[in-house]
Amino acid sequence: MTLRLDYETLVESVIERAGREPRRPALVLVAEDDSEQTLTASQLLESAAAHACALRSVGLGPGDLVILVMRHSRELLSAFWGTLYLGAIPSIFPFLSEKLDPQLYMKQVRTLVAHSGARAVIALPEFIPMLTELLAGVDCRLLDSEHVAAGTGASSPPPSPPVSTEAVAFLQHSSGSTGLQKGVALSHRAVLNQVRSYSRAIALDESDVIVSWLPLYHDMGLIACCVMPIVAGVRLVLISPFHWVREPGVLFRAVQRHGGTLSWLPNFAYNHCARNVRERDLEGVDLRPWRVINCSEPVRYDSHRLFLERFGPAGLRETALGSCYAMAEATFAVTASPVEGPPRVDWIQLPALQAERRAVPAAAEQPGAIPMTSSGTPIEGVEVAVVGDDGRRLPDRRLGEIVVRGDCLFSGYHRRPDLDAKAIRNGWYHTGDIGYRAGDELYVTGRQDDLIIVGGKNVHPNDLEAIANEVPGIHPGRAVAFGVPDGQLGTQAVVMVGELAEETGPEGRRRIESELRRRIARQTEITLADVLLVDARWLLKTSSGKIARGANREKYLRRPR
Amino acid sequence: MPLRQGGPRHAARRTPTMDTAEMRRRLREFICAELLRKPDYPLAHDEPLITGGLIDSFSLARIGVFVEEAFAVYLPDTELTVANMDTVDAMVACILKTRP
Repeated sequence: MTLRLDYETLVESVIERAGREPRRPALVLVAEDDSEQTLTASQLLESAAAHACALRSVGLGPGDLVILVMRHSRELLSAFWGTLYLGAIPSIFPFLSEKLDPQLYMKQVRTLVAHSGARAVIALPEFIPMLTELLAGVDCRLLDSEHVAAGTGASSPPPSPPVSTEAVAFLQHSSGSTGLQKGVALSHRAVLNQVRSYSRAIALDESDVIVSWLPLYHDMGLIACCVMPIVAGVRLVLISPFHWVREPGVLFRAVQRHGGTLSWLPNFAYNHCARNVRERDLEGVDLRPWRVINCSEPVRYDSHRLFLERFGPAGLRETALGSCYAMAEATFAVTASPVEGPPRVDWIQLPALQAERRAVPAAAEQPGAIPMTSSGTPIEGVEVAVVGDDGRRLPDRRLGEIVVRGDCLFSGYHRRPDLDAKAIRNGWYHTGDIGYRAGDELYVTGRQDDLIIVGGKNVHPNDLEAIANEVPGIHPGRAVAFGVPDGQLGTQAVVMVGELAEETGPEGRRRIESELRRRIARQTEITLADVLLVDARWLLKTSSGKIARGANREKYLRRPR
Repeated sequence: MPLRQGGPRHAARRTPTMDTAEMRRRLREFICAELLRKPDYPLAHDEPLITGGLIDSFSLARIGVFVEEAFAVYLPDTELTVANMDTVDAMVACILKTRP
């Protein structure tokens, strides 16, 4: 059945569906004890309208930015859609994990509020005392999420005010450096264009059931596994990310229980599931109707095989594994592999790729041949090109920067016109990703800068290095962080090399390493896979005296062990 | 005892007599070899693993699977918290508490 997608704003779809099919289940939330809560189309609208009413009563209105500091819950979804209902702009902040230092986390909220000019923060009750202190003197309302949810519904909610389709619907905050977070502003039109094109590209249907454990502060979780299904009226089952991390089997049980047909997984999740799902989690599970789309970090051929071998016996079909290339700046998807894949695999010669920046076809058994998995072809309304340093388009199979333009691009970075000018040139968004095209297919090979992608999250090495520079015993300014491929985990592992400030014995080195690891974990949630403490003058520098990440990465990989 | 790579698919026979020192030793061996991938790492039993930045929260799932295979104790995922799993000592306490 064709989906109805001719809306002007996101909220219009929720209002229309609640009128047409009020009792149709819109989403199911799976709690940690596997109990479930179902929200129908009319309940979703009611709770959104009630949240809007509560926000309006404290003076908020259309165009106001509202930051949501809440856990994965019905209240978070209601607050997100309620903010939209009011014509205000929601933005979901990553949730505090057990590992992060709560005080540093709250300071990150304050930094974001100050930089973004947010008019309100809706936070869990336990965060209110600390945030009250931190936000003192800041012109921003601090609202207790439980009060917002409970103090509503008394009066009949107001109608949703008219909002232009060009107005900013919400901000997606790019992951990584929190202090310098970039708010990706997306208009209703861009998001609706994305929903229309991407749902066609993957042949999304009203009979589909999307099952997701992805966090909603990340584009894949928010767009593919929340906004798209809700706008399109496709059933959605949401699992808490923390739950899935600890017990990946919950995904398979939910797929079985709800007749799940579609999930999105970053590449590392293939490895996590293949290695840590218990046999009994698959008892009675039939994965034949299930499709999976691998996205958010480079698709690895080995992970793809591992996943298929592990879950093939439960019915998973090879043709059901798709791929996608996506970014928050394009709302989400840019390319998609064919519906009944699998994505094309291109065997190329690694030496030619490295030395000549060319993807020369090779036979699979040839020495030096590596498999590249295609990210698919551009979705409707989106153009993709690969350009050289001079900005000119490169021919097929030449490595260059991937640039994107189309009708689902972002409106700009919130309050950062300086970044806009750098990122968007002549209507093309410069992604910073490196890749090549072969015919219509796009292959992504890496990054132009030193960004490290760990489990789908972007990590800026300078953030990690700045923390290392403060650790006593490490020579300030002489630490370097980079990613190395980790085949076992199916993602990048983060390595830090630091020069010691003075000669240090084994006990001292151990103390420095512990302190470094602890600070990185508490401040960024990154776990360093390896720490190498070296004597002075180990690190290589560029001719301008800067520490060369790439050269030091090579030196680290080639060091004698 | 050599570490079993990947571990058996079936749960090991329950060994109620296994003392806590042995449990500690096997957990430590597993963590160093499989999670840190540094068999020689001098891990202390009270050394914070997750908050100390040695292993990430994805490793909790692996520890859950290992504990079930090695000690025949199923730790429900609600038990696989940072508080319960941050040190080898905490893990042993959690396993003993959960063991029927």
